Amino acid sequence: MNFLPWLILFLPLCACATITLFTQRDRKLSAGLSIGAVVAGFLFSILFISSSGWNLNTELTTTWLSVGDFHIDFGLRLDPLSLMMTLLVTGVAGVIHIYSWGYMADDPGFSRYFACLSLFTFSMLGIVLSNNFIQLFIFWELVGVSSYLLVGFWFERPAAADAGKKAFITNRLGDFGFIIGILLVWATLGSLNFGDLEHKLHADPSALGAMATTAGLLIFCGAVGKSAQFPLHVWLPDAMEGPTPVSALIHAATMVAAGVYMLCRVFFLLNLPGSNALTVIAAVGGFTALLAALIATQQNDIKRVLAYSTLSQLGYMVMSVGLQGRTPAMFHLTTHAFFKALLFLSAGSIILALHHEQNIWKMGALRKKMPVTFWTFVAGTLALAGVWPFSGFFSKDTILAQALEQPNPALRYGFFILGVLIAAITAFYMFRVVFVVFSGPARSDGAGHAAESPSVMLWPLRILAVFSLIGGVIGVDALYNKMFEPLSDEFHYALWQRLLLPFAEAPFAATLGLLAAAAGFFAAYRLYTNVLTDPLPEKLGSTSQWLRDRLYFDELYEATVIRFHDRLAALANWFERWIIEGFCIGLVRGGTDLTGRMLRQVQSGNLQTYAFLFALGVALVLYFVLL
Amino acid sequence: MTIGLNHYLVVSIMLFCVGLFGVIVRRNLLVIYMGLELMLNAANLALVAFSRFNDNLDGQVFVFFIITVAAAEVAVGLALIVALYRKRQTVHAEDLTTLRL
Repeated sequence: MNFLPWLILFLPLCACATITLFTQRDRKLSAGLSIGAVVAGFLFSILFISSSGWNLNTELTTTWLSVGDFHIDFGLRLDPLSLMMTLLVTGVAGVIHIYSWGYMADDPGFSRYFACLSLFTFSMLGIVLSNNFIQLFIFWELVGVSSYLLVGFWFERPAAADAGKKAFITNRLGDFGFIIGILLVWATLGSLNFGDLEHKLHADPSALGAMATTAGLLIFCGAVGKSAQFPLHVWLPDAMEGPTPVSALIHAATMVAAGVYMLCRVFFLLNLPGSNALTVIAAVGGFTALLAALIATQQNDIKRVLAYSTLSQLGYMVMSVGLQGRTPAMFHLTTHAFFKALLFLSAGSIILALHHEQNIWKMGALRKKMPVTFWTFVAGTLALAGVWPFSGFFSKDTILAQALEQPNPALRYGFFILGVLIAAITAFYMFRVVFVVFSGPARSDGAGHAAESPSVMLWPLRILAVFSLIGGVIGVDALYNKMFEPLSDEFHYALWQRLLLPFAEAPFAATLGLLAAAAGFFAAYRLYTNVLTDPLPEKLGSTSQWLRDRLYFDELYEATVIRFHDRLAALANWFERWIIEGFCIGLVRGGTDLTGRMLRQVQSGNLQTYAFLFALGVALVLYFVLL
Repeated sequence: MTIGLNHYLVVSIMLFCVGLFGVIVRRNLLVIYMGLELMLNAANLALVAFSRFNDNLDGQVFVFFIITVAAAEVAVGLALIVALYRKRQTVHAEDLTTLRL
């Protein structure tokens, strides 16, 4: 069965190549190939897991580069973490591929879209299955490229093209730190294979010495870029310029989660004695989560609300990793993939029904007109807000419980209160969207004439809604727990026990989490039922303006980083033009030219002169040779 | 006074220099051509002298070949000069500067 993982990884690449090279003209065949590849990948994953079980810890490797005695392997790491992620990526990607068939039906770039989507699936699976840093980094960049291609999919729109560039360049900033971190690890530990590294650090935890914190933070840089943590968070909201299914797949469910996945994969590098990396990671995650949640409360574009919510939830996961909670982080990543993909796809359904209107204040009263979309969106909202018994409740609860397990009381209560606060704000802004979009009066003609989307788009919503509901109790957390904490006891609970488990294990966290969700809900209910415009700007004044303008981070970067960069570029340009081109190249060119002009005088065309010079030359040669 | 190798070589050098001087100084292509022949024969003289004084006939055989080839070369050279004169109406070297930049 060992060929199955290879097949899962390379099928989407084959689909991408075939579509790009041969079947561009045939829209249906292209889409079919792409969907077929990812669905086959999903089925093969199930087949592989059912035949070999979850409890693998193996690598499939083949030599990729061999220079002297230096080898780079191309390998697949198979353990519960990567298997679950493979299942998640192929599953969610499969659902979104099918949805895209409906959403992109009228687009002229249909085939190109599916080719890019397949390329993305391939790269993401590559990240998930990599067994070493080099391979991970290559797929990491490939994911960045496919993200660029898909964010800028409607490249004829300047905003989309700019957003693509912004996403790619911002990611590059993080990746710069990431690759330095990788090189640092390689230089100090002499290996890049995850298994080897873990083994070495297990044998000698102080192998990295004084560089432990630095190496951890440099590697975290990669996650800061890819998972859009502060201060590189600015690209994610702009990435919403891409088609909505892309936002759902790449910028909510999978790619942005790659940073969190990577942190969990290399956790042994972060969790070293004497390293402060985890504390910084937790602080960055918590700050991003709070910042993004606050900004989300005053956004009026439905996709931007969801984008900031994604940022906030990613911050939550990163914070959880920082608090040593890999199981909660991966658990939340998994459930978040379901409900955030669901929310985005539901939003896409609304946007398509309203002819690409994204302003929530031009929507309204869509509950009766789009019942399926309404119910699925509400399911996603309840899961995201953390309402029992939806999946988000369970995963968010494990993170809150993890915060409560911190030994340092300041950290413990600080992060716990932060988590509860963010949970309340999350519930508030999500229910704000629900109330404004689905109830109240229809605020535009488009909203008045909206109709439900075709069933090819509704079935993916239903599937994801089911998983958003049950994702918390199907044993995902137990699976991760068994991998990350192999020593802990294994319990087998019945379904009803699992449903009530959070209240039994961490009643304080569970109750406060629920209360926070309820508080958010009631605040949104009071403010946003039957209103025509947003009442908050009047009440909050300039604070609301600040939040609506995203706390002016873009402007700040524009004024500092980008301006500095422009100056630097201008200086480099001046140096190039005057020093290199003018002085250095000019001197060589001018010197050659002058010498040439002088030597040219010798060629007079006079036969006698030539004869004389020739005789003189011969005489000189003879003089030197003979005497 | 016996006449030795050096005397022949001095005559040969003088012949060569006269020929070279003619080539460098004279303007008429025909005269330049004569100068060239003079230089060639200076070389022949030197070869014959070496042959005679070293008791080796190779040099004399060599000279026969040179004279034969020189005869052919003269025929070609003169034909070129005639062709040049027909085309340009001149055999003066300073008028023939087409190759100058």
